[in-house]
Amino acid sequence: MSMEGYETVIGLEVHCELKTASKLFCGCRNAFGDAPNTNVCPVCLGLPGSLPVLNRHAVELAIRIGLALNCAVKPSNFHRKNYFYPDMPKDYQISQYDEPLNEGGSLELPDGTVIGITRAHMEEDTGKSTHLGSSGRIHGAENSLIDYNRSGVPLVEIVSEPDMRSGVQARAYAAELRAILMAVGATDGRLEEGSMRIDANVSVRKPGKPFGTRCEIKNLNSLRSLQRAIEYEAQRQVNLLEAGERIAQETRHWDEAAGRTGTMRSKEEAYDYRYFPEPDLVPLVPEEDWLAEIAASMPALPKQRRQNLLDLCGADDQATKDLVATVVDRDLDPLVIEATLAGAPAALALARAANELDATAGLPSGPSFARTVALEASGTLSATQAKAVLGVLATRPTDDPEAVAKELGFEQLSDDTLLTTIAAVLEANPEEWARYRDGDDKLAQFFIGKVMAATKGKANGKAVVAELVARRG
Amino acid sequence: MSEPLLTTADVAHVAKLARLELTDEELATFTDQLSQVLEHASDIAALDLDGLGPTAHPFGLTNALREDVVTEVSMRDDILAAAPAVEDDRFKVGRILGEAP
Amino acid sequence: MTTAIELAAAIKRGERSAVSVAEEAFAAISARDGEIHAFLSLGQDHAMEAAARVDAAVAQGAPLGPLAGVPVALKDNMCTKGWETTCASKILEGWKPPYDGTVVERLHAAGAIVVGKTNLDEFAMGSSTENSAFGPTRNPHDLTKVPGGSSGGSAAAVAAGFVPLSFGSDTGGSIRLPAAYCGTVGLKPSYGFISRYGLVAFASSLDQIGPFTTTVADAALSMEVVAGYDPKDATSINEAMPDFTGALSKGVEGLKVGVCADLLDGAAPDVARRVAEAAAVLEAAGATLVEVAVPELKLGLSAYYLLAPAEASSNLARYDGVRFGLREERDDVVAMNTATRTAGFGAEVKRRIMLGTYALSAGYYDAYYGKAQKTRTLILHALDRAYESVDVLLGATTPTTAFGFGDKVADPMSMYLSDLFTIPSNLAGHPAISVPFGTGDDAMPIGVQVLAPGKRDDLCLQVAAVLEAGAPR
Ligand SMILES: [Zn+2]
Repeated sequence: MSMEGYETVIGLEVHCELKTASKLFCGCRNAFGDAPNTNVCPVCLGLPGSLPVLNRHAVELAIRIGLALNCAVKPSNFHRKNYFYPDMPKDYQISQYDEPLNEGGSLELPDGTVIGITRAHMEEDTGKSTHLGSSGRIHGAENSLIDYNRSGVPLVEIVSEPDMRSGVQARAYAAELRAILMAVGATDGRLEEGSMRIDANVSVRKPGKPFGTRCEIKNLNSLRSLQRAIEYEAQRQVNLLEAGERIAQETRHWDEAAGRTGTMRSKEEAYDYRYFPEPDLVPLVPEEDWLAEIAASMPALPKQRRQNLLDLCGADDQATKDLVATVVDRDLDPLVIEATLAGAPAALALARAANELDATAGLPSGPSFARTVALEASGTLSATQAKAVLGVLATRPTDDPEAVAKELGFEQLSDDTLLTTIAAVLEANPEEWARYRDGDDKLAQFFIGKVMAATKGKANGKAVVAELVARRG
Repeated sequence: MSEPLLTTADVAHVAKLARLELTDEELATFTDQLSQVLEHASDIAALDLDGLGPTAHPFGLTNALREDVVTEVSMRDDILAAAPAVEDDRFKVGRILGEAP
Repeated sequence: MTTAIELAAAIKRGERSAVSVAEEAFAAISARDGEIHAFLSLGQDHAMEAAARVDAAVAQGAPLGPLAGVPVALKDNMCTKGWETTCASKILEGWKPPYDGTVVERLHAAGAIVVGKTNLDEFAMGSSTENSAFGPTRNPHDLTKVPGGSSGGSAAAVAAGFVPLSFGSDTGGSIRLPAAYCGTVGLKPSYGFISRYGLVAFASSLDQIGPFTTTVADAALSMEVVAGYDPKDATSINEAMPDFTGALSKGVEGLKVGVCADLLDGAAPDVARRVAEAAAVLEAAGATLVEVAVPELKLGLSAYYLLAPAEASSNLARYDGVRFGLREERDDVVAMNTATRTAGFGAEVKRRIMLGTYALSAGYYDAYYGKAQKTRTLILHALDRAYESVDVLLGATTPTTAFGFGDKVADPMSMYLSDLFTIPSNLAGHPAISVPFGTGDDAMPIGVQVLAPGKRDDLCLQVAAVLEAGAPR
C-alpha cells in the first residue's frame, strides 16, 4: 500500500543538553562518561534539606537558543512536574511549564521552508537506569541500577509546530537545528551520546482535513533513524486507516535493527503531573541589559554563514551549495574565508575544505591551508600533490606547505629533466606523436599520463602541455 | 455543606498518585477528615479574587543565580553508604514497570 | 537559668569552662529528659571535644565566636553531617546526612556546642509533638500537657533548662506555638533571613528557621549569628540585616501598636486578658495603642492548609526507598515505593500528603491551590494596609494554653485551629515573635505575639524587650 492521497504531519520535540561546566542547579561536574555516581551531591541527588540554585551560564545558553530561533525571550518561572520514577531523585522534575523562557519562534530550512517553533524551555535531566537481565531492555529485567551523574544536567527542550510534512523534511529540520545549537555553543550535538534527543509526533491525514491522531516516537538516535522511523510510522498509520481501523494515540519505540516502531508497554495510570510553581526558586526575569549583552555575543548562525560563503564564491549552483553546506556543517568556513582573503580562489578553497579536510584527523592552520590552495592554483602543485600535502598538515598543522611538498618529493622537476623525459616519451610513441601533430588534441592527455608515470607524478600537467604545443609548432 | 466534598474513590485515587496504601478503615477516616478540611476551605473557595495575582514568595525576588563553576567534590562513598541497595556503585532497585513518561 | 549571653561572657572571661558548661547540660538532660523526651539523639562525644577546643582557645587568648561554649539544641529536621537526622519519622530513621546545613555551619563557626537533636511532629507536621514516630515530648511545666509543636522538643529543651538556646522551624506557627506553651521566647524571622539550606523541607515557601531562648536578648544574639544571605538558598534575602541587638534598648516611646482583634478572636478569656495587660505595658512605656481590624487574617487558615500540604506532597515524594532511608523491599519499584511510604509515614503526614496531592490534582488546582495563592496576596495587601497606620501588631500567639495529650488527636481540624493566629505571618513572610507573658488560669505559660512588617525583625525584638521587662512575675 502506498501513501497515495495522504499527507504526513510531523512535529518534533528536541531535548538538548547544554554544554556547561556545572549542572543546572548545583556545582557538580556536567560531564559524559564519568564513573557512576561520581558527579552527585545532595542537590542533584535530591537529599533532604538540599536546595537548587540556577546556573547563570545555562540561562545564557538557553537565551542564545531562543534568540537564534527568533523566539520572544520572556520572564519565566520554574514549575515542579510531579511523578514517581526511580531515575528522578526528587520524584519531581524542575521544568518550565506555562511560563517558558522562549516562546513563538521559527527556523528556516536551507531550502527556505519556515518551521514554527512553539517554545524552547529549560529543565533538568534525569539519571540513567541500566536494566539487568538478558535483554538489556526494561521489559523482563529483574533489577535496574541507577547512575545519577546525568541527574540535573541542564536541558533545553525545543518544541516545533506540526509544520513538517515528510521524513526528509523532519531530518532537514533536525540537522539545521543541530547546526544552530552547535553554532551558538549550546551543545556538542552528539545524538549517539544523548546530548541531543529527538521525539517525533507523527500523524497522517488527507490534505486539507483536520489533523489525525498522533503517535509519539521515541529512541531516535540518529538523523537517519528519525527519517526512517517517520516514514515507517506514517505508512503504518495509512495502512491502518485504509484497513478501516483507528489509530490509537500512544508512545511508540523505534527499533533500529528491525526497522519498525512498536508500542511501548501501556502506562499503568494516566499521569497527573500536578504542576505548581517551584517554591525553592524565584522567577527568572531577563533584563534588557543582560539580553542585549547576550545578543551582542551571538555568533553568526549557519544560514548566514552559508550565505557568506556563497557570496564569496560568487556562485549559487546546487553543487556549490552542497559544498558550502558541508563546509559550514563542519565549521570549516573560517579556513575557506582566510584562504580566500589571502588570495586563493574561493571555489578551489571551498572544494578542498569540503573534500579533503577532516577535523577528527586534524586541521591545517589557516595560513598553511591558504598557502597550499594557492600553490595548487598557481600550478606549482598538482591536485594530487596538494591533497597529499593537506593530508600531512592534518597532523602538523603549522608546517610550511612547500617544505612538506619537498619532503614528499614533490619539488618541481627541473626544466631539463622535464624536457628530456618528454623527448623520450615522444620518441617511444611515434605513432601517437604523429597523430597529435596532425591535430588530435585528445592525445595530450595520453602524453601527460606517460610523463607522469615516468616522473612518478612530479611533473606539472600544464607544463607538459605547454611543451607539446611548443614542439608541434 | 451537606454533600461530602470527597468520596472514598477520590481518596483512593489520590492515595495511588501519592504511592500510599490505605486500609478500608483509613480510607473512611481520611475521606471524612479531608472533607472537613476542604469544607473549611470553602471560605476561600467562595471568594472572588480575580483581581489578585498569586503570591509564591513574599518579597518578589528575581534572578537568584549562581556562576557556572564546579564546586562539588565527589561524595560518592558517603552517598552510596546511605543507600538501601547498591551494586557496581549504582543504586539498585527491583523491576521498573513502564518507561518514564 | 543562665542565658546564652551570660554563659558566653563567663566562658570568655575564664570564669566558667566550656567543658563544665557542657557537662552540666548533659547532666541536666540525663536527670530529666527521661520524662520530658525533648531529645531524639545526643552528641556528647563531639560536644565535649568542641567544648574542649573552646577552652583551649580561651587559654590561648585566641578569638572566640559570639556563642563560644554555649550549648545549643537543634530540631531534628536540620541536617547535621554524619549525625542521624530523622525528622521524627521512621522513613528517615538512621539516615546520616553527608553535609551540614548552613545554620549548623554558622553555629559551629560561632563556637556553639551542639548537644543534641530535638523531637518534633513528624516532618514538622503538627501542633503538639504527638506526631513524632519516636514518642511525644512532654511540657516541662506539666508533664500531662503537650509542649506544642511542631518544634516541641526544642521548646521543651530550653524551658527545662537543658540549654539556653535551641533552634526550631516555623511553617505555620511551629516555633511560636510551642514557645507560648512552654514559656520561652520564640522568633519566626522574615522569610529569607535565615538560610533553609539543610532544613528538611515541609512547605518550602513558608518554612523558616528561628530560635528559642529564655530572653529576648538571646534571640537577638542568635539572629546576629545565623541570619544573613546564603548563596545556597535562592530564596535567601541578599541585603544587610537590621541591627537586632541594637533594637533591644530602643524602647517603644512613640511607637504605634495595633491591637488586633482578629489575633484574639476565639482566644480563651485568660489568654485575652494577658494580651490586654501586654498592651497596657506597652502603653505605659510610651507606645500609642490603636485598634486595628484585619479580618482577612482569618482566611489564612484555609489558605495555609491547602498550600502547605500541596508543597509537602511534592517535597515528601523523594522518600521512595531508592536512594536513602527506609526501604520495604518488593519485586517491582512501584510496589516498593508504596510499601516503603505506607510503612514509613505516620497518619498525619499521610493525611497532609493526600490533601496536598488532591489540591494540586487535575481539575482542582484553580479552586484550591490557585485560590490559596491569591488569598496569600489578599492577606499581604491587608497587612500592608494595616502597617500604614501602625508599626507593629499585637495579639495572642495561641487561642489557649497547652492542652492535654490526646485532646485533639482524633480531630485534625481542631488541632489545625491552634495555628489560627500564627499562620498569617508565614503566609506574608513577615517576622513574628512570641514572648512569655504570665500564666493562665491553669498556671500554664501564655505567650503574646508581636507581628512586624517584612524584614523588620528588629521591631519584633524591640517591642518584645519591653514586654519582657513588664511581664507579670
Ligand atoms: Zn550535584
